[in-house]
Amino acid sequence: MIVVESLSRYYGDFAAIENLTFQIDSKEVVGFLGLNGAGKSTTLKILATLLSPSNGKIEIDGTDLESAPVSFRSQIGFLPEEPPLYKEMTVKGFLGHVAQLRGMPPSEFTQRFPTVIEQCHLKGKEEAVINTLSLGYRKRVGIAQAIIHNPKLIILDEPISGLDPLQIAEMRSVIRALSTNATVLLSSHNLNEVSETCDKLLILNNGRLIAQGTTAELASNLSESNIRIEAELVGSRKDIEKHLSEIEAIQSFDVEEEREDSLIVGIALNQIQPETLVPLLVERSIGLRALQNAKSELEEIFISLTKGGSQ
Amino acid sequence: MKSVLLLAKRELGYYLNTTWGYAILAMILVIDGILFNSFAMGQNTERYSTDVLQDFFFFSSGTTMIAGVLITMRLVAEERSSGTFTLLQTAPVSEAQIITGKYLGALSFLTLITACTIYMPILIEINGKVSWAQIGAGYLGLFLLGATTASIGTFGSAIAKNQLFASILGGIFLVLMLLGWLLGKVTEAPLDSVFSYIALFDRHFQPFMRGKINSESIIFYLSTTFIFLLISIRVLQSRRIS
Repeated sequence: MIVVESLSRYYGDFAAIENLTFQIDSKEVVGFLGLNGAGKSTTLKILATLLSPSNGKIEIDGTDLESAPVSFRSQIGFLPEEPPLYKEMTVKGFLGHVAQLRGMPPSEFTQRFPTVIEQCHLKGKEEAVINTLSLGYRKRVGIAQAIIHNPKLIILDEPISGLDPLQIAEMRSVIRALSTNATVLLSSHNLNEVSETCDKLLILNNGRLIAQGTTAELASNLSESNIRIEAELVGSRKDIEKHLSEIEAIQSFDVEEEREDSLIVGIALNQIQPETLVPLLVERSIGLRALQNAKSELEEIFISLTKGGSQ
Repeated sequence: MKSVLLLAKRELGYYLNTTWGYAILAMILVIDGILFNSFAMGQNTERYSTDVLQDFFFFSSGTTMIAGVLITMRLVAEERSSGTFTLLQTAPVSEAQIITGKYLGALSFLTLITACTIYMPILIEINGKVSWAQIGAGYLGLFLLGATTASIGTFGSAIAKNQLFASILGGIFLVLMLLGWLLGKVTEAPLDSVFSYIALFDRHFQPFMRGKINSESIIFYLSTTFIFLLISIRVLQSRRIS
């Protein structure tokens, strides 16, 4: 279990993060979300031991960072946004060097190497010079170096940035597979990716942890009035506007696009789920051609929780 | 100790497996060869072999110092600019192990370069008569001077953001220590004796050129090396805090 208590980091008077407290269970995939400057990178850097905290405590299964930094480091694997690779080395040579650096005996490395190669989808690239690999493969070598010593906590900073859709799908399966042996903590700007990959989310704003839980738990904490949908309604603009203004469940609406025989309308709902709106529209003889969430669920949650910080 | 040797092996392997290492080796040997041919051997007047050997150690000290800065400028600065330094910072090794390992790797390569110049004293021995003790003392001096220069270069690399800046900083510190003798002449007591004492070449290397092993100079070179490595370690430690 990863325990973070009252973690703060100050740059002079400025608090990059303040009083962060959270716990992560073993073998969970946890996503760190936040606007730029929210404190994600600072938190990850502290967990990766690249920065010292100003206050607070971090433990991995009882090993305290402050009192046993070297032992703490042997239990973490870190992949920054730009994979740290000795590009003149082969994949095998590099991973062997990193394993030894992290205290793994050569015999143990020989046993572990094939598993890591398979886990990171690097089969056939063992003897390739890293410099000759594509970005997708280099990211995988980056993950391989982070897990070669079997760490308890794997920290991935923006693991999918710069990857194409196929590589993103492959990376997702690699990350999911990592959680069978370790806790994975990742940060990403791609909300859908985080939603699909992570079991739990930690949302930071202005250096403070403002929410944590699964996507469903976070969504249930939001007022339904925050749910916004987009509908394609058939009919004249005048009639549609008249009927929509009569429905009490609609908090507000705005016409986003006027088509030949229909309107695309953005609707903010008041106390009801989107599907409840359908009979109300049919009652008033408004033709409904399409209905969808205006934004993804996670995007909705994220914007709601962080809107104070973006202003 | 295992981690220190691993890091030293990796650094030495880098120099032996990349163009950069061979470029430094070739450059130093060519410059040494040209200077040896032009100044040590190329004078028409008859000279004692011991004087020729002193000339060889004189210009070899210059090329050793240049090589020391060129070899060490990448140690930390390059890893930091390429992002690979996080590998070391997140590994279960201390800053002292990182600096010591990298320094020993660089010093091994510098020693290898210095050892490659041995053919020149052998040529003097073949064509004249020199004492092997003078050759040994001279090479001990070159090694100590190289070790000190490498520690100064390591310090430059620890504080700089890139290799170029690291080499400039290393060069500045080195020149300041070389000019100690000059500063010693233009300042008053007690500063004059301080500046004279830190004169890297004038006070401490010249006895080795003449075949004299001076314990004061050995202590000076070793303690200066230790101090620069210690400051480099402190610089790395402070980066986690700042």
